[in-house]
Amino acid sequence: MGLELFLDLLSQPSRAVYIFAKKNRIPFELRTVDLLKGQLVSKEFLQVNRFQKIPVLKDGDFVLAESVAILIYLSLKYQTEAHWYPTDIQTRARVHEYLGWHADCIRGTFGVLLWARVLAPLIGAQVPEEKVGHNRTSMDQALQQLEDKFLGDRPFLVSNQVTLADLMALEELMQPVAVGYDLFEGRPRLAAWRTRVEAFLGAELFQEAHSRILNILEQMANKTIPVPPPEAHPTMLKRIARIT
Amino acid sequence: MGLELYMDLLSAPCRAVYIFARKNSIPFDFQFVDLLKGHHHSKEYIEINPLRKLPSLKDGKFILSESVAILSYLCRKYSAPSHWYPPDLHTRARVDEFMAWQHTAIQLPMNKILWIKLLIPMITGEEVSAEKTEKILEEVKINLQLFEEKFLQDRMFITGDHVSLADLVALVEMMQPMGGNYNVFLSSPKLAEWRMRVELTLGSGLFWEAHDRLVKLADWDCSTLDPGVKERICEFLQKYK
Repeated sequence: MGLELFLDLLSQPSRAVYIFAKKNRIPFELRTVDLLKGQLVSKEFLQVNRFQKIPVLKDGDFVLAESVAILIYLSLKYQTEAHWYPTDIQTRARVHEYLGWHADCIRGTFGVLLWARVLAPLIGAQVPEEKVGHNRTSMDQALQQLEDKFLGDRPFLVSNQVTLADLMALEELMQPVAVGYDLFEGRPRLAAWRTRVEAFLGAELFQEAHSRILNILEQMANKTIPVPPPEAHPTMLKRIARIT
Repeated sequence: MGLELYMDLLSAPCRAVYIFARKNSIPFDFQFVDLLKGHHHSKEYIEINPLRKLPSLKDGKFILSESVAILSYLCRKYSAPSHWYPPDLHTRARVDEFMAWQHTAIQLPMNKILWIKLLIPMITGEEVSAEKTEKILEEVKINLQLFEEKFLQDRMFITGDHVSLADLVALVEMMQPMGGNYNVFLSSPKLAEWRMRVELTLGSGLFWEAHDRLVKLADWDCSTLDPGVKERICEFLQKYK
């Protein structure tokens, strides 16, 4: 059994890993763990990763979670083009600097709108509008810092070429876009950056990776969206409770 | 001007950087940025790091923030012994995995305990509800169990027989509640043993020197707190109510 990637393209870090593997022609078996169908808490997935998180990489007996760790592992093992994870000490440090800040200020923040507008209602839960308001403020602040500190005058976030930072950032930013908040509007610098990253990844790959998330509102409207089974609810409710 | 590290040892990420630099005899100038006096919001510091976070590193013209980035940079630039960030692909990935996980799983909740147990009552005069306190303590308990089961297992250190950046970062963060007299290591003998092992490997003298300001935090006279800083803190605390 070769490399396996356990993913759900609904999730931002899953998309980052998927896109990276595809773009770099890394051969892998895609194992979809359908979040909406409650497969994250299934017995089968528990055997793969008893800590019930995706994305997960399985390379023989070696099991690895955390998208950043997976991306770095793949870039080193498959010796992807240097621009993704530059070898120059300062540029590499800048990638890590971005990823550290991303963990605190982007991750956990940009996924909230999907929870509020789609995932919570699906299980009959609610995210108070006040919290949605706070979240919007947090996103706006983070976007300002993203533009000012990490993008600046550069074509990409920390260097003149695409790095892991751009991929992780873009996938998070696409999440609220998919649920109706076009955060690129009124932010021409960021919009231009997004266009550049998309162009680099290629329209076909971009489309493929984003079709699931970009169709989510339509699925809600048509009621063709899967309703998470009861066993998925406790984990989902815990996540909803953590929204401040 | 050689390497400068901008830090306040009240912050766990600062302690990780401080201990690593001292342990590896990396020469640096300690630039103290007093969090309690709000100096991270000063004009001077904002020029170094407009995000106003600690720690920051300044190496000539190169300025870098984020402790994980700083630790990797120092490791590489000063050729620290390889056990700190092992070259083996799988072992390195385990360190990266921990470093990614710890932001929300360890650092954040450990800091919350310090706020709940000490700083909020001290600064605002109000206690945080028992319900909220219990929720955070429960979250910490679960994450520490996860830490033991997934990252530590039956090993001496996270990567095996030698200390790495992962142990250093894990430990300084788990020490944070000590500032509020809350000892998370009491919950598990295995965790306590690992804690002692890491402390001894780093050197008890260095370890406790790095934690001195934290363990004395309860003695801080917060009436000296700058009103602007106090206001900012109270705003930030709204989410704990």
